[in-house]
Amino acid sequence: MRRFLGFCLLLLSLPVFAQETPDALVRRVTDEVLEIVRKDKEIQNGNARKVVDLVEAKVLPNFNFPHMTALAVGKEWRRATPQQQERLTQEFKTLLVRTYSNSLTAYRNETIKFKPFTLPAGATDALVRTEVHQAGNKPIQLDYNLEKLDSGWKVYDVVVAGISLVTNYRDQFGQEIRNGGIDGLTQSLAAKNQALDAAKAEKK
Amino acid sequence: MMVMGEKGSVVRMGGILAAGVLALGLSGCASTNPRDPYEGFNRAMFAVNEGIDKVAKPVAQGYDAAVPMPVKAGIGNFFGNVGDLWIGVNNGLQGKVGDGANDIARLLINSTLGIFGLFDVASEMGFEKHDEDFGQTLARWGVGDGGYLFWPIIGPRTLRDTGGFVVDTFADPVQWAIDDVAVRNSAYFVRFVDVRASLLPADKVVEEAALDKYAYIRDAYLQRRRSQIFDGNPPRLPEE
Repeated sequence: MRRFLGFCLLLLSLPVFAQETPDALVRRVTDEVLEIVRKDKEIQNGNARKVVDLVEAKVLPNFNFPHMTALAVGKEWRRATPQQQERLTQEFKTLLVRTYSNSLTAYRNETIKFKPFTLPAGATDALVRTEVHQAGNKPIQLDYNLEKLDSGWKVYDVVVAGISLVTNYRDQFGQEIRNGGIDGLTQSLAAKNQALDAAKAEKK
Repeated sequence: MMVMGEKGSVVRMGGILAAGVLALGLSGCASTNPRDPYEGFNRAMFAVNEGIDKVAKPVAQGYDAAVPMPVKAGIGNFFGNVGDLWIGVNNGLQGKVGDGANDIARLLINSTLGIFGLFDVASEMGFEKHDEDFGQTLARWGVGDGGYLFWPIIGPRTLRDTGGFVVDTFADPVQWAIDDVAVRNSAYFVRFVDVRASLLPADKVVEEAALDKYAYIRDAYLQRRRSQIFDGNPPRLPEE
């Protein structure tokens, strides 16, 4: 009986989750992640493995990496085969997670303020705007672009102080593609990821 | 390396800029990127700056490690307060009179209640800190950016923002309000180190994230400027 009740509750909660608005999603994930970081001394001391685990468990499911990679590549994306797209997406995802997870270890007492948000009926694209406040410094704008998929709202771009972390790669990717095609770009990203791994292993 | 160091200023930059503009005229090199017509020159200057930064970065790291947080905040606030006058003027020049009045109110409040600007009490009272300079004013007046440039020590600027930066430097209270050359140069030096130290966290991200550090910084600067010119609300660019 109890199991049955639990199942009913689960069924009830599912549609609620599916209808979570973009701003509620960003707020919930932000709160959950910062709550963990605040309590975890190892993360604050720069334990890279733990941060990456946290990001992979809590943050990544809410991102649409194929779309992010397509956006970073630009028009050449459509000419790549599905296999090429998949490999490239995997390497780009690894790079983004490595580099930006690190910034979480620098988190201390900054507060996140959410700007007013309205979602027009039927919208499939949304911009959630936040500000990172730290004592003695100007607030930093941190914006998320989200799109509505069948599985719910997903982030496809993050914009810090007006700088898109995704489209900032477009010229660099274009250069690599001109030199060695999509596979050349994938190899360059893989080499970069390996170098970062090696550097981290050396530090330990 | 200086990322987006709009406020880093330097004493004899007039001479450096003149030499640079001359070199630009001479180089006139071909580049594939329409936003970076002087790429050959810029990459050379970027390499020079990476060399300079081998000295500047350890100084900034030393400052960051040695100076306690409240003192660093005080130094940052002091120069921030000095800057609010010119920020207010630029808001006025862009027709944003309300914002300009806010900036002058900040200056008055922080110079008095904030003890010569060491504390930013105005922010706590709800007077928001703005981010303006003459390059942004020129952009609002319709001046095109004229292509991207990278200067040693000063960092990234467009051609328009290089002109704006020269005007900013002459309008800078540190330039006209301090008669004693040694004091003025010390103020420039402290501000340079303070700005460089504030960029240390960004260094690590750029080193790890970039495939091509030069291009990463260039594109981040151009995106950031676009956002600043539109006060954080730039119209969306069409997707390719």
